[in-house]
Amino acid sequence: METLMNLEANSETVSEDKYELRLYVAGRTTKSVAAINNLNKLCEEHLKGKYIIEVIDLLVHPQLAEGDQIFAIPTLVKKVPEPIRKIIGDLSNEEKVLVGLNIRPAK
Amino acid sequence: MITSNKSLPKTETGITGLDEITGGGLPAGRPTLFCGAAGSGKTLFSLEFIVKGATEFNEPGVFMAFEEKAEELSVNVASLGFDLDELQRKKLIKLDHVHIERSEIEETGEYDLDGLFIRLGYAIDSIRAKRVVLDTIENLFSGLTNQSILRAELRRLFQWLKDKGVTAIITGEKGEGSLTRQGLEEYVSDCVILLDHRVTNQISTRLLRIIKYRGSVHGTNEYPFLIDDEGISVLPITSLRLEHGVSSERVSSGVPTLDKMLEGKGFYKGSSILVSGTAGTGKTSLAAYFAHETCLRKDRCLYFAFEESPQQIIRNMRSIGINLQEHVDNGYLEFNASRPTLNGLEMHLLTIHKMVKKFKPSAIILDPITNLITVGSVSEVKGMLIRLIDFLQAEQITVMFTALTLTTIVTEQTDEGVSSLVDAWLLVRDLEFNGERNRGMYIMKSRGMRHSNQVREFVISDEGLSLVDVYLGPDGVLTGSAREAQQLMEETGAVLRTHAVTRKDREIERKRMVLQAKIESLKEEFESVTDELNKSYVEEELRKEIMEKNREQITQKRHHGDINEPGSE
Repeated sequence: METLMNLEANSETVSEDKYELRLYVAGRTTKSVAAINNLNKLCEEHLKGKYIIEVIDLLVHPQLAEGDQIFAIPTLVKKVPEPIRKIIGDLSNEEKVLVGLNIRPAK
Repeated sequence: MITSNKSLPKTETGITGLDEITGGGLPAGRPTLFCGAAGSGKTLFSLEFIVKGATEFNEPGVFMAFEEKAEELSVNVASLGFDLDELQRKKLIKLDHVHIERSEIEETGEYDLDGLFIRLGYAIDSIRAKRVVLDTIENLFSGLTNQSILRAELRRLFQWLKDKGVTAIITGEKGEGSLTRQGLEEYVSDCVILLDHRVTNQISTRLLRIIKYRGSVHGTNEYPFLIDDEGISVLPITSLRLEHGVSSERVSSGVPTLDKMLEGKGFYKGSSILVSGTAGTGKTSLAAYFAHETCLRKDRCLYFAFEESPQQIIRNMRSIGINLQEHVDNGYLEFNASRPTLNGLEMHLLTIHKMVKKFKPSAIILDPITNLITVGSVSEVKGMLIRLIDFLQAEQITVMFTALTLTTIVTEQTDEGVSSLVDAWLLVRDLEFNGERNRGMYIMKSRGMRHSNQVREFVISDEGLSLVDVYLGPDGVLTGSAREAQQLMEETGAVLRTHAVTRKDREIERKRMVLQAKIESLKEEFESVTDELNKSYVEEELRKEIMEKNREQITQKRHHGDINEPGSE
């Protein structure tokens, strides 16, 4: 599996509030696939043009798990903008993901 | 020692004492649960397991910390002499800190803990680890909300660890009414060890208990353990059975007259001797003499003083004629003076253990054990002394305890209740009589030898200690000046008696002489009477004779007159 996929890389225009997202998965499990699909869909809807998604497969790069304090799979890490947030699970609950990414304020 | 079950392979922990009570260590290739309240030493136990594995058994280990950061851990255990950074550089251990920040995490939908598995697997593989510690995995529960996923994943994790073949320690915080807050014991079924930390009378004691150890015999008691600058030590280090060798060799008590009461030979080597008595009865002096004697034989002696400083003891003993300083200088005698309240009982026991191992004495003295009561209850002190005696007997070290008895009833037990444990018990008592206080000593018991049942007076003088026969007079036992007075009186009496006897002899002599004189005079009297009687008898005879003669003459004359001269009348 390709580990680094820049699905949308129109970086110059959206540099101020660009979302750098990293999704950690472990192989092509149902949960991983679901998470990737959910994330893509969500980003296209809400963050069009201002996000970078990096998908990291820990089966290939296990040494990367420590750096971002990953213990659950799948985990979405929002590095930028601050603060760092983590969302674990298959991202099936769109509302929760949006709140987690600070795109929508918590109710 | 418990014999280890051959069918169950075990991994030595390298932690002093733990391998003894588990019969060889933790179950190899399986997870073991260490549970206990906060601050009970779980982290340290598991960390020492990893460090010892790396340094002593060539088994690299992974330490996965859910609580402390790796750097914090390194700093925290540096005081114990563990250099985690160095070990990490050598790839002997791997520290991994799993940081779970509740506020950063949002959960949505299905997930698993593969990330943790991968991380752990990677750490294990990178250094070929044989040992793994997860400290404290329960922190996952505080960071994640989906309990059912967590539980399923934990079950999978422990199975996965088993499959990996690593010996693992899982730590868990003690919960209310259960061993761990999250019921980890239900996943880890092979070996569960409970750590406890109790504070009684401001003095803390750490305790360890093996709750279960599947497939292996193990000690079931609570074992005290200590954390000091050399890491963890679990006690006892001694065997659990009474099967140590015994010696029939004898050692002198240092007081010849006391030896005489013990078949003339003294105590058995490796036995335990209790000297008890009220205050000021000379217990320390007796102990010092024993130490002195041991050193004179060129044996080593360790003196644990709980009441006086070494200098004080040396000075005081000089006054009764022994120079302990000399032995200290020659290296035969070593003092260890500490206040009982300095440490808990176990710390004292450990100090004794360590010093004995280091100094290798053939005799040790504990003076007095009574003061240990201040740090523990009677039963705790007794427990400690049992373990101590056990250990010393196994090492064939003669031990002398002194104990202060608070009352003067003879039949009492000592306050520590150790009288049944010791082999010989000497009792020094105050005998108050006649306005003075003297010391009386007797042997309450002495296992395996004939011993005198006599009370002896225990005399401490400039020349040293000695035991003197007490005077058993019509008024009871006399000691001290009363005994001396009695002795003097006896001497006087003897002189007087001889005098009286000679006077009586002379009297008899005189009586005899008087009698003799009387007899003489009576004899004289008798003779004179006899004479008188004889005289009258002779006169009678004479008269008779003369009268007869006269009659004959007359008769004759008559016949003649008729014929011849009728007129001659």
